[in-house]
Amino acid sequence: MSKLISFISTMTISCLLAFSVLAGPIDTYTFPDEVTKKRFAELTYELRCPKCQNQNLADSNSPISQDLRKEVYDMLMDGRSDGEIMTFMVERYGEFVLYRPRVSSLTYALWFGPIVFVLIGGFVVFMFVRRKDDKPEHLSEEQKQQLKSILKD
Amino acid sequence: MKILIRLIPLVLFLLLGVLLYRGLFLNPQAMPSALVGKTFPEFSLTRLTEPQQTLSKADFKPGIKLVNVWATWCPSCKVEHPFLVKLSKDERFSLYGINYKDERVEAKKWLKYYQDPYQFSIFDDIGRLGLNLGVFGAPETFVVDHKDVIRKRFAGVLEPRVWQREFLPLINTIETEMAEGK
Repeated sequence: MSKLISFISTMTISCLLAFSVLAGPIDTYTFPDEVTKKRFAELTYELRCPKCQNQNLADSNSPISQDLRKEVYDMLMDGRSDGEIMTFMVERYGEFVLYRPRVSSLTYALWFGPIVFVLIGGFVVFMFVRRKDDKPEHLSEEQKQQLKSILKD
Repeated sequence: MKILIRLIPLVLFLLLGVLLYRGLFLNPQAMPSALVGKTFPEFSLTRLTEPQQTLSKADFKPGIKLVNVWATWCPSCKVEHPFLVKLSKDERFSLYGINYKDERVEAKKWLKYYQDPYQFSIFDDIGRLGLNLGVFGAPETFVVDHKDVIRKRFAGVLEPRVWQREFLPLINTIETEMAEGK
């Protein structure tokens, strides 16, 4: 019985995996080594399709994405660095094509804003906590005695 | 003082509200072109109507140039075509075409059937020039000034309203620049 279950689960998982591979666009690029292959995957993951705005190059089947994937491939085969490829794309399609914007005076708020907010939040929490500690005792001795007797019951 | 502090969340909420409300009316498709302000890229491609003739930037006439990216596979190009034919009669600029990732025979047929508004069409079958121009579809129209600098890029159907609002003022500006000898 357990063998059957394990067989079924293996089949299900392998089917799921097979479909997830088929979901992306299919290119027939061959790479000389694993490193280049990985770089291609990373670059097309980080670059955004200019036409279909919420997809990256790796994800999109639009003609422009196919062209740009080929361009990335050609440039990789040409021995260009990742930085050069990114710059090539930015020169033509603008900062827009980068899913991870570069750190510049325009994007400081984007990069460092969250840290600033965490600091502000931390400061506010700190102030509240400290204020609570400062609070004087409201109960007089008499009231404390009363409270004790009530709690005894 | 205390009241002021209590009001902070409300003020923040209102600011956020204004920001998000504005966001509702922004057009995410309107992308600034990375090429505005740069010179028109070099190219060496054949003329659509004559495969033997090679064209380059030197073949553009001096003065203001309008460069239109078109293709027979693009339905919106058909929509804007009659307006381009009208524009081609304007003496203030010359109109050029980039036949983008298309078939030569089909494109020639198109020009014969719908009239040819262009001084010439550059045959960019693999989209090399298109890539250098940051083109991501058709139709797109570029305004190139007398110094070969790209002044505007417009993606979408060129129609009289857009022309009036966005192109005419720019062409007037370039004309004054030319008159002033800038």
